[in-house]
Amino acid sequence: MGTIAKWFAARARLGAQQRTILGLGSFLLPLLVWCMVSYVPFVWHPKVVVESPGGVDYFQVGMLVDKAVFKDEVANMRAANLLLPQGKPANPIYLPAPHEVARAFYTAFTAKPEQKDLPWLHQSLWHSIQVIFWGFVISSVFGVPLGILSGTYAALGRLNEPFVEFFRYLPAPAFGALAVAILGIYDGPKIAIIVIGTFFQQVLIIANTTRKLDATILEAAMTLGTRGLKLLTRVVVPAILPDLYRDQRILLGWAWTYLIVAELIGTSTGITWFITQQARYQHFDNVYAAIMIIGIIGFGSDLLLGRLGRRLFPWDRSQDHG
Amino acid sequence: MSMNPDRLAPSYLEQSEAVRARFERIRQREVILEVRNLGKRFSSAQGEVEALRDISFQIRRREFVCVIGPSGCGKSTLIRTLAGLESHSSGEVLLDNRPVDGPGSDRGMVFQGYSLFPWLTVKKNVMFGPEMNGRGGDEAEQDALTWLDLVGLSKFANAYPHQLSGGMRQRVAIARALVNQPRILLMDEPFGALDAQTRSKMQSHLLDIWKNIDITVLFITHDLDEAIFLADRILVLKAHPGEVQELIEVPVPRPRSPGQFSSAEFLATKARLEELIHPPMPTESEEDQVVKPRMIRFTDVDDNVE
Ligand SMILES: Nc1ncnc2c1ncn2[C@@H]1O[C@H](COP(=O)(O)OP(=O)(O)OP(=O)(O)O)[C@@H](O)[C@H]1O
Ligand SMILES: [Mg+2]
Repeated sequence: MGTIAKWFAARARLGAQQRTILGLGSFLLPLLVWCMVSYVPFVWHPKVVVESPGGVDYFQVGMLVDKAVFKDEVANMRAANLLLPQGKPANPIYLPAPHEVARAFYTAFTAKPEQKDLPWLHQSLWHSIQVIFWGFVISSVFGVPLGILSGTYAALGRLNEPFVEFFRYLPAPAFGALAVAILGIYDGPKIAIIVIGTFFQQVLIIANTTRKLDATILEAAMTLGTRGLKLLTRVVVPAILPDLYRDQRILLGWAWTYLIVAELIGTSTGITWFITQQARYQHFDNVYAAIMIIGIIGFGSDLLLGRLGRRLFPWDRSQDHG
Repeated sequence: MSMNPDRLAPSYLEQSEAVRARFERIRQREVILEVRNLGKRFSSAQGEVEALRDISFQIRRREFVCVIGPSGCGKSTLIRTLAGLESHSSGEVLLDNRPVDGPGSDRGMVFQGYSLFPWLTVKKNVMFGPEMNGRGGDEAEQDALTWLDLVGLSKFANAYPHQLSGGMRQRVAIARALVNQPRILLMDEPFGALDAQTRSKMQSHLLDIWKNIDITVLFITHDLDEAIFLADRILVLKAHPGEVQELIEVPVPRPRSPGQFSSAEFLATKARLEELIHPPMPTESEEDQVVKPRMIRFTDVDDNVE
């Protein structure tokens, strides 16, 4: 079997080296596309950046104009026998090249923000992380126990799940105005939106995870003399812990997706405030850097939690190659 | 009980002097488990299923009883009812003359599937029962180590279940059930998922354990050889509904060894079991009719394998 054929064998296990190569590839491929679009002049580049205005009175050096407009003006100048404008293909302002974003990444942490009212990137980030953290913790304090109880005791599950199921279809941002009215304009309503967005999914997902616990495990415990609350604390909880941990990782990822909406509520803060301000001043390189750093923090923390999970639950086989 | 007319004095009923004396001794012992007119109905979406009907038998102290019967005859339902994991619809289950109510540590159970707690080490698995029954840490640990030694797994005390082979896991499950010192050990096809070689080792091992401790065993299997090799008596069930067909006293003398598989008593007993479970005049069961395959020829007419 050729190498390629081997890689495409259905459900075949990948070696460690293959996994690393392919994993890096998954990041390099989009980067490559971005580089192509940015650095190869004949790929896309719908604009022209003016290098010398020639005879065109409204052209200025560094101005971005549509390719068609530029062409027209060149034709006009030629017909009028005036100096031709000079320019080279460029991308729109909202698509900075990789090196510009990389530079923005660096300066965002090293150089003071140009505008006086703007926070540093790391200040914005820290604020966002705190909002996420409290939203997720508050949701989990109630959602995890309720989910486990609902999955263990059918009656309890039935008593809340239909309502929870209904409530989870109500989009969390719709509660924005209400949250502001109740909790003020600072972090309260933002945390509330994240709680609303997370909690209802959390109850259902964790109840489901609990229900999937193999009945034989419970029955074995009962024949060994386990009863009552001990069945819950000594059997159900430890048995589902690895899956619960995995659910929490996924839910944390969802909480991040609610962050941007949450931060727009009341007074805009955190990374969202940073992004909207930078976009207003057309610093799109900073915008990209900020968006990416959200991704890096989210993805990075999930990787770390995954590692930690394998440490915490050495008996859990489904985390092999996880 | 109907007997085959053209086989006079079926030899599975003949017992040597020693075997007869042994059964006589067993009958002197006290009754551990008594089942009286036990019935069990399931009501499911498809309607009522009568899984067990009018089951009665007694098991005496340190007896080894096997239950066999065709698939779906209610073997698991029976043992689960005895364990208290399933409620019964009629009749009585008495353990030491007291009615059984729900699961309890006086009846140990070993399941077919691996029921070890995956988050606990082997030692902690065995300690689980004592801890649940209010025994302190040190005492529980000592007990656990003793029982692990008995099943030959001391070396694996700190391993997790997923690191063990199937046979080793079932040995841990046996130790975990026995450490509670139950009155009876209930086993539902415990070796069903093991390969033939491991299974035969486990059978001998189980007999060794049984000989050395005060334990009564009720063991479910669908393997006739296994049943004869292990049991003092074999309870044969028939299906739809599950009813007692015969309670056979196994005439194979003890101590048992794999060499006895070809002895006359063994073969006679096996012939009888075959007769009961796969009747000689095959009356087609419902299941057979449903799953009967229709053969279509996919190969060339000349391309024969026989
Ligand atoms: N929870 C249940 N609800 C409805 N019917 C059930 C239930 N459990 C078992 N039954 C039915 O009871 C009958 C006996 O099932 P049981 O599992 O006890 O058989 P078994 O002898 O253990 O079979 P096997 O040899 O396959 O293990 C079957 O017809 C089965 O469909
Ligand atoms: Mg069964």
